[in-house]
Order: sequence, then C-alpha cells, then structure tokens
Amino acid sequence: MNWLTNFVRPKIRALVRKADVPDNLWDKCPSCGKMIFHRDLEANLRVCQHCGHHLRLDAKRRLSMLFDDGEYQRIELPKVTLDPLRFRDRKRYADRLKEAQARTEEPDATLVAHGLIGGRPAVVAVFDFAFLGGSMGMAVGEALIAASRLAVLQQAPLIVVPASGGARMQEGTLSLMQMPRTVIAAQEVKEAGLPYIVLLTDPTTGGVSASFAMLGDIAIAEPGSIIGFAGARVIEETIREKLPEGFQRAEYLLDHGMIDMVVPRHQLRETLIRILGLLRNPRPSAEVVALPQAGIEIPADAAAAAAGEGAQGDR
Amino acid sequence: MPHYLDFEKPIAELEGKIEELRHLGGDSGVNIADEVGRLQAKAEKLLRQSYGRLTPWQKVQVARHPDRPHLVHYIESLIDEFTPLAGDRAFGEDRAIIGGIGRFRGRPVMVMGQEKGNDTDSRIRHNFGSARPEGYRKARRLMLLADRFGLPVLSLVDTAGAYPGIDAEARGQAEAIARCVETSLSIEVPFVAAIIGEGGSGGAIAIAAANKVLMLEHAIYSVISPEGCASILWRSAEHAKDAADALKLTAQDLLRLEVIDSIVPEPLGGAHRDVPAVIQSLGDALETALLEMSEIKGGVLRARRRDKFIEMGRAGLS
Ligand SMILES: [Zn+2]
Repeated sequence: MNWLTNFVRPKIRALVRKADVPDNLWDKCPSCGKMIFHRDLEANLRVCQHCGHHLRLDAKRRLSMLFDDGEYQRIELPKVTLDPLRFRDRKRYADRLKEAQARTEEPDATLVAHGLIGGRPAVVAVFDFAFLGGSMGMAVGEALIAASRLAVLQQAPLIVVPASGGARMQEGTLSLMQMPRTVIAAQEVKEAGLPYIVLLTDPTTGGVSASFAMLGDIAIAEPGSIIGFAGARVIEETIREKLPEGFQRAEYLLDHGMIDMVVPRHQLRETLIRILGLLRNPRPSAEVVALPQAGIEIPADAAAAAAGEGAQGDR
Repeated sequence: MPHYLDFEKPIAELEGKIEELRHLGGDSGVNIADEVGRLQAKAEKLLRQSYGRLTPWQKVQVARHPDRPHLVHYIESLIDEFTPLAGDRAFGEDRAIIGGIGRFRGRPVMVMGQEKGNDTDSRIRHNFGSARPEGYRKARRLMLLADRFGLPVLSLVDTAGAYPGIDAEARGQAEAIARCVETSLSIEVPFVAAIIGEGGSGGAIAIAAANKVLMLEHAIYSVISPEGCASILWRSAEHAKDAADALKLTAQDLLRLEVIDSIVPEPLGGAHRDVPAVIQSLGDALETALLEMSEIKGGVLRARRRDKFIEMGRAGLS
C-alpha cells in the first residue's frame, strides 16, 4: 500500500486557476454561438451566460469547485506499465501518451484528491477529458481502485466525476478489463457502507458508462451531458435512422429513469453537500432483544397469547 | 459445400479437386484412389501450415466463420436436461442471450451465453448475438438464481458486441452491462467463462468476469472490433488488418497478457471442421475448471475472482 503513505504534500489551489490566456480574449459558445468574454466565462464556471450551456471543465478546476474553499490534497497514484501492447497506429501510443502528459502535466486521465466537502471528509476521483479523451486504461483503473481504498480507509464517501469517451483501445483487451476492475472499486466502497456518488459529465460513454459510472448509489448529471453506451455515429450506421432530438443527453436519461437528477454546475456543490449529509445519518446501535431460549420456562399466559397470535396469522 | 475463407483458397481448390475425382468414381479404379489419397495428404499439410500460423486478422475471420459451432451446439451436446429460462422480469425476452439450468457431466449448472444463430431466420431471432439491456438483465437474473441454489455458472461468450440501437440506449444498455459485471463479481458460486467465437467488447465482459476464463484457440477477445478501431485510429476501415495485429486480440496474446487463464485447442482447420471434437475439448476444459473449484467456499471464490481482476495487468511492475 505504498501509495497511501505517499500522499503528495497538500497543494492549496486558488479557486480560479491562473489564466494562461489574456483576460481580454473572447470565447465562442459552442451551443448558441454568442461571444463571451473569456474572463466572464471562467468566472461563471464555464457556463454560457447567454444560453446556460455547460462547457467542459478541466479536472483541477473541477476539484477546486467541489471541495470547501477549493482546498484539497492529491494522492500519488500507482505506476502502471506504459504501453503494455507496444501499440502503434498512425502514431505510437507511447508518443501519444507523452504528448498528453506534456500537455496536461499529469501522468494519466484521472486525478484523485481528498479534502472536505461541507465540512465532511470526502474522496473525489475526476477525469480529465483533455488527456486522450479521458479514456480508461490501466492507469485510470488503478486510480479508481486507489480512490476507493482511500475512501474506505478514511470512512469517507467516494465521488467519481467521469468525462470519458470509454476504454483506451491502445491498451487492447487490458483496457476492457478495467470494467470489472473499476466495478470492484465501486463495490468496495458500497460494501463498506459508504456513499458512492457518480457525477456524470460530458461525455460519459462506452466502457466507462458500462462499468463504475452507472453504479452510483446516486447518479447526478450536468445539463446537456452526453451519456450512453454506444456512440451516436455507430448507432446511426447500425439502424440507418436519424437519432431523436436530445438523444443520450442527461435530460433524456433522467426521463428514461437512468439517473436521479440533472443539476446545473452552480448548484452541484450545495446538492452534493446536502446528499452527503443525508446519507451519513449514523445508524442507531442495535437494541439487544432477548430471544426465548430452550429450557426457559414460558409463563402459561404468554404462551397462550403467542398461540393466539399464531392462530390469527393463520386466518 | 463448406464455406471457405479467403485465405483458404488453396485448400478449397485441393478439396474441390478431391471431390471431382471422387465423382469420376469407381470405373477407373486404383489410380484415382491413389490420386485422392495424395491430394488429401497435401490438403491436410496445407491446413496444418496455414492454421499453425494464422494471422490475427485470419483468426478474426475464423472466429466469425458462419459454420463455427455456437452456444446452441454446445448446450445440445454438453448439457443434459437443459431447461431454458426466459425473460428479465422487467421488459422482455432477449433471445440474443440464451440461458438456463441443466446437468453438465452429472452436476446441475447454470449455463448461459450469446447465440448468433445459424441461418437467416435464427440470426434475426437471436439478433446476431447482440443483446439489448433485457438480455443482460436476464443474464444477471440467471446468475443470481445460480447463486441462490449453489449452481456453478458456465458462460459461453460469442458476440460482436452489445446491440447499438435507440431502444437499447433508452432502456439503459450501459447500466444493464455494468450491473451484470457487478453481479458477476458478487456471486459466491464457481464461475467459468469461455470465449468460443467473438468476445466483443463490453457486450462480452458483461458475462465474462469469471474465476476462470477459457478461450478457444482461434477465438478473439477485444475492446473494439478491428474495423471499428481502424476507422477511429487509422481513419479508414481498410486498416482492419493492422488494427487486428495491434489490438492483441488472439488467445495466444491474451494468455501471455494473463487476461485469460487457458486456451482450448481446436481441431485442425478450426472448430467448424470438426464440431463434435471441439465440443468435446471445451467440455473437458470446463469440467477441469469446475473440478478445481469444487472444494472452495463461496466467499473465497468471490474474493479470488475479484483479486484476479484487481491484479490483472500489474505483473512486471517492480
Ligand atoms: Zn451559449
């Protein structure tokens, strides 16, 4: 369990990350097409002020948004075999990995942190879509197992925030094996009697949706997120039909009974705090009830009463 | 008339000639018998050569061979008193997944898996082995039933993948598969899975998170079809062959990666050339796997199953 003793020193993050873009730049909303002042978009948690569209949020920003005062501690994640298949398509997977690592300054697509949410300890695992589409290979599997074990160790709830296109196909069948591995991670938290909350963000598809992401005790989704198993293009090619409006969006899943709620980004933290507070109601210690034992004499009237009850039940 | 794959052309030609000679028949006598024997030896040598070193892409074709034995064939020969069970108790009956109770070499078991169908009608009835959520919910129900009565679970995997359709998504394909995996990892009975043809992605692992995972010699098991992988990573389905190489989807590669536990040999020329023989060898392998677990307590079986997956892929790290 070396990773448990290897906590990275606390890193206090500013609520808003240092912008690497000048403040006077404009962004275009991919939904309504209107221009938004970059600084305003960031200040608004990347929700379009015109149409309410939720743009993708990077993983560190997500962590600071969820934890009290934006403060959290990251844990160092287990090392994995990089490129176990020596996979090469038009490009080497090893090179794709290096580029993603350089770009994101992270070893892989999942970050795990712990801290306080609403004053209570919580563990959060969050996906970075910018890292190879948040795809799930060995490293992501290890991250979720580590997150789960940390939650059990701290007797804290686990909150997972997927943003992933699915399995990382450059790791072949080993990436498929992350489905059972991450399901076990979720099971360990649940079996320890701890809340396992999944916050589905855009997108949550493929092997990620078909494993830990759909097993939350409570499933929350951000508005408009694409959530589903098969990709829209694959479905269209299979059935040769246009897909209905809003297909596989968070609201569609809510209507079909697949998630508990769709919560705008600005209300996520308060919603989580409320849910965690309600789920952490300590059980009363069990009252000891004496059972009649063999050899103990039962008073005649009590025995008669019991027999009478039995007769009533038989009717 | 057997169905020949592209790479079997030379074998097809030889076997065609043998048939022709046989039709020429009796009158010319001994010479023809000699010639037939000579050609047969040649054909067998050719089969041995090509099947001894099938490329991953060739294995993809063998795994999808239309005459390859399917779940129904294995059940028919290996399971006595087979009693199919139907329905997910929520929406419908999905015939892409078949399952039920029966007796395997004397002991009661739960057997299930995908069935692709063998002709146009049955292929449509079984939706080519691509299950909807109802299929996975039925599989889950059968696993829970097996758990309740202490029946070992035998799961035979043969699917291109879970069905990608509007209805399947609307009814929660992702959740159904996730729940099936969860139940696979919860039950306290011996669980053996065998990839008998195609082990296609999430639709396959849904019923394959088992204590022992066997794989037929020329079966494939992959996170995505080579065609799908090629169209995403190479931007062209024509690179399916390259993708098949890169994905390491063969039984031999997966045994080395410790994703599967053992390989079940196929008859010369593939399972479709000698169906009774392959059914016999899979039966023997399933029996061996079950015997290994017969004395182990349920909780230990479950813990070992989970540990196996947790440890998977970690080997080789210091
Ligand atoms: Zn907008």
